Amino acid sequence: MNIKKLLPQLLTLLVVILIFGFFSFNAQVNMENRGITFGYGFLSQESSFDVQFSLIEFDGSHSYFRAYLVGLLNTILVSVIGIIFATIIGVVVGIARLSNNYLINRTAGVYVEFFRNIPLLLQIFFWYFAALRALPLPQDTEPMFGVFFLTIKGFFVPAFVWNNLDIFIYSIIAAIITIIFIRIYARKKQENEGIQTPVLSISIGLLIILPLLSFLFGGVDASIEVPVIKQLSQSGFTYEGGIKLPPELISLALALSLYTATFIAECVRAGVQGVSKGQKEAAASIGLTPNQVLKLVVMPQALRIIIPPTTNQYLNLTKNSSLAAAIAYPDLVLVFAGTALMQTGRAIEIVSITMLTYLSLSISISIFMNWYNKKIAIKEK
Amino acid sequence: MNKLNFLQPDKNNLNTYLYTGVILVALSIFIVFLNSFFNKDIISFLPGSISFFLPLILGFIGLHLIRIDYSGLKFLDSINKNINTNNFNAFLSLLIVFVVIKSLPPILSWFILDANIAGDSKDVCTGSGACWTYIKIWFNRFMYGMYPNAEQWRINLSFIALAFLGTIGFFATEKFKKYLTLYYVVVYPVIAFFFIFFFISGGPIFFDFSYGIIAAVISIIIGFFIPPKFKMYYFIIVPITLYILLKYVFFYEELIELGKLEALEWVETGAWGGLSLTFIVSFFCLIFCFPIGLFLSLGRRSDFPIIKYFSIGMIEFWRGVPLITVLFMSSVMFPMFLPEDMFIDKLVRVIIAISLFEAAYVAEVIRGGLQALPRGQYDAAKSLGMGYWKMHILVILPQALKLVIPGIANTFLALVKDTPLIFVVGLLEIVGMLNLAKTNPEWLGFAMEGYVFASVLFFIICYAMSKYSYNLEQKYKTER
Repeated sequence: MNIKKLLPQLLTLLVVILIFGFFSFNAQVNMENRGITFGYGFLSQESSFDVQFSLIEFDGSHSYFRAYLVGLLNTILVSVIGIIFATIIGVVVGIARLSNNYLINRTAGVYVEFFRNIPLLLQIFFWYFAALRALPLPQDTEPMFGVFFLTIKGFFVPAFVWNNLDIFIYSIIAAIITIIFIRIYARKKQENEGIQTPVLSISIGLLIILPLLSFLFGGVDASIEVPVIKQLSQSGFTYEGGIKLPPELISLALALSLYTATFIAECVRAGVQGVSKGQKEAAASIGLTPNQVLKLVVMPQALRIIIPPTTNQYLNLTKNSSLAAAIAYPDLVLVFAGTALMQTGRAIEIVSITMLTYLSLSISISIFMNWYNKKIAIKEK
Repeated sequence: MNKLNFLQPDKNNLNTYLYTGVILVALSIFIVFLNSFFNKDIISFLPGSISFFLPLILGFIGLHLIRIDYSGLKFLDSINKNINTNNFNAFLSLLIVFVVIKSLPPILSWFILDANIAGDSKDVCTGSGACWTYIKIWFNRFMYGMYPNAEQWRINLSFIALAFLGTIGFFATEKFKKYLTLYYVVVYPVIAFFFIFFFISGGPIFFDFSYGIIAAVISIIIGFFIPPKFKMYYFIIVPITLYILLKYVFFYEELIELGKLEALEWVETGAWGGLSLTFIVSFFCLIFCFPIGLFLSLGRRSDFPIIKYFSIGMIEFWRGVPLITVLFMSSVMFPMFLPEDMFIDKLVRVIIAISLFEAAYVAEVIRGGLQALPRGQYDAAKSLGMGYWKMHILVILPQALKLVIPGIANTFLALVKDTPLIFVVGLLEIVGMLNLAKTNPEWLGFAMEGYVFASVLFFIICYAMSKYSYNLEQKYKTER
């Protein structure tokens, strides 16, 4: 190790240490002046604020830690909804982009160019302040299919009322585990004997039959609760019963999925185009049907190209869901880095927790992606 | 006369199939057209659901009839090939055509026919269409934010000057071409910085700066008559001497008078806003994030472990958090890290935060380019006896950067689209201004117009950028 190698490293280290030292020294002085001590004890204190929409029970008497959980769950909820719809739209549009029908191709192209070139924040505002505000009041709403009510105050959908829900969930989990075993078995059988098992139809059958059995013998019972209109005051109406999806959630999920879908569509297109033509021709020449070509030759190779960037987009969607703060959807940033920070004044602790949450999420996903990329990489001999 | 089989149209009875098919398709389109443009339902005598689906069925049959392979008619063949390959495609094509015809009248009437643009108050907006009067009245605010009306020429002048200076590259003669990179990377950003911070911001500093301009201009003029041997020393020593002389000996009193006479009013950054702020923020972040990203990407591939892990840490940290939390950090957490009497302007903090954030993405993009280069390039450069920096500047980076033009352009696009987020710290660029205007009690209820206006603006900017990057990509594409 000579001096030429050591010097730049030591310099970098010195600069970093100096900057951090300067920052932490100032932070200490500043906090002393304001009379707060650094620590995470405030998490167990009573929060004394309310949250509009939460998946778990929450009010002012709960702790700040529970407020953090409320925010986190809301973030996860909107991300999951966004991811599901973005994937559906993205795959459809991506395939449409590959269509040889000029009109479909162009329509998909216009969609992609349009939605990816407008800032996401603007789209969220558009849906929330302009589009959803044009919806009718609860008392004027025409029901969709008789049970869904799309109003200015939110989307009211029927809810299931369950008896013995846990048994039903166990039955689904059991079905999924059985399917995994059947898949492993089918693959082994194909590798050893060359016989294909109809895995798909067996899986669908299992997914229907097992939960059905739980209805018949497990004492599971479900009834549907339809939202009913209720008068609050002279002109104030609302719906009772069912599930209420607030307009913030709808507009956020809508904007996120429409925006991210454009990127997923491009990933899908690139992936399918990335499979060389020779592969398809070779597959066709050994007598595979078009469906088999797609299923056995094109898709496995295309997925290898599609999945890594798509996962990245999922991650982006999750991070972008923090824009919720702009329209007051109570996500992690709004509830925790907004309201809780305002109340406690503990900027360093709260911002660091919020950042660490996102950071751990994205780092764990990128570690998983590295592992996955290694696993699916074509092994050249 | 061959036998007609309507299930399988063939070439033998081309005309029969063609006429029947075209008439059916035209009829279906005509029905939808009448219905949507003139609100006349000529098939209303039929029961509800049939009259709804009739155009679709008619068009579908028509398209089926004209689907004849190798008909010999060029136009028909191209239609069949492009929009009518099979039943499913025909159905989707029809659906798209009908939806376009159906949605044109409402869109047209909202945008143009029923819209209002005359007048200067809300009362003129009586039609059912858009109220462009709202945009017209608020246009200045959307462009310049709270910047005083009388001073807006400063923004215009700066932007025009910068745009002009930015196009110099196209007019440069062969002799100056080799200095262009230096100009765009070093000189231009410095000029832009001075323009924005001393001209748009205003204040007495501008006049201090004016000595500098005069000194620079004089020294450049004299510079032409200096033998090249001494130029190096000359350009270091003379401008500084001139500056000092000008400021303290010759012109001092006169320029102070001039300064008092025409002092530019100081406009604090909190009053900046609108589209011009979008440009300013994205411009500076773009300038700063590129070199930072470049160094981070080189650092990540460095042999020095400390630099390598420091770079990895930086990149992964900024990439892992959402921009909004970074801005939160810059607004509520960062002031805690500074000495009590030290204050950094909001705009500067935001620019630093966004630059660092985007730099991490730029770094990853550039790393992709560096990794894509074959090892042979490094080995060849080293075998010529080049050191680390020489190798990178002359051999590696030119090739790597060429490869990643689309990726960098995408990052810059993301940057432009991320600028509206600065509302978190209370800076109102165009989207923020829209939200402010929307809550003005005199102009309630025009949210839609505002968002459509901003969407169109952003779309034009971003689409132009992406097309430009595509051109660059094609221009620098080299066969390997």
